[in-house]
Amino acid sequence: MADITTAPDDSTNSSVASAARGDISVLDALRVSPAAHLAELMAGAEVTGERSVALRELPFTVQLGLRAEPGSRSALALEAALGVGFPESAGAVTGDASAVHILWLGPDEFLAVDASRRQEPGDGDAVAAALDGLPGQALDLSANRTILELSGARARHVLEKGCHMDLHPRAFAVGTAVLTQVGPVPVILHRSGEQEYRLFPRASFADYTVRWLVDAMAEFAGDEVT
Amino acid sequence: MLEIRCPYCGPRDETEFGYGGQAHVAYPEDPYALSDSEWGEYLFYRENTRGVFAERWVHSAGCRKWFNALRDTVTYEFKAIYRTGEPRPDITEGEIR
Repeated sequence: MADITTAPDDSTNSSVASAARGDISVLDALRVSPAAHLAELMAGAEVTGERSVALRELPFTVQLGLRAEPGSRSALALEAALGVGFPESAGAVTGDASAVHILWLGPDEFLAVDASRRQEPGDGDAVAAALDGLPGQALDLSANRTILELSGARARHVLEKGCHMDLHPRAFAVGTAVLTQVGPVPVILHRSGEQEYRLFPRASFADYTVRWLVDAMAEFAGDEVT
Repeated sequence: MLEIRCPYCGPRDETEFGYGGQAHVAYPEDPYALSDSEWGEYLFYRENTRGVFAERWVHSAGCRKWFNALRDTVTYEFKAIYRTGEPRPDITEGEIR
């Protein structure tokens, strides 16, 4: 891309990009995550004890949008490049929720998430190269959505205030992810642990989603109303 | 609120879906051969069935896929839901009462 751009500050940009490749802190000094300005609000809203619930952002997590028909050569190429198979049905997740895992978004649409590291320029290039002319797509969509992690004994109760899905453990087991709405916000909702849920709102909805969740969490700071 | 069984995602609330009007409206084989009124009819004229009606829905807040459904316009009951490209199931029960 540097070959075709002629902007005067092009050399500065490419040197930043190459420096950032080795040192993620250089990159992080230059970017702001969608809910960064609410870090204090989220920390202050944490509830401990029996009715615990906490909220934090997992900023700049690697997210690759994948389009391919499961079972096709394109899908096999993507699966080989990622080292994780595609989930087979709605709601399913394959891989390790703390590292590379793939969420089912549609019959031919998936989202690969790497929760173990932060996005860097060029992420997804290797996976996209694996397609090598085959139909399909692998695209770095890390900036599309941010990840909010809601955890604690009352995390499910917070979500149930605004989510139409049945979140009872018998219907929504660990390792389930669906596209749905929390409050009025369309999100991907992934149950990544026994008491841990990840919400993927689009970046522009992050501010509202955090404030909505913090408001829903407030109840659990006080004594239970009986 | 209706509960609609998306053929890909399973049962979800009606608010996650968008409505796409009558299903199985075939694109004219040769649009250039149509007169203005025939083209207008293709674009804008739709059935207004009382009873079982084949219609399109899209799961816009979920898998974003289009599918077809047979719904009773009197009771709102979904008689059948099938994927785009599949033939219309043969259900006429409830038509004209």
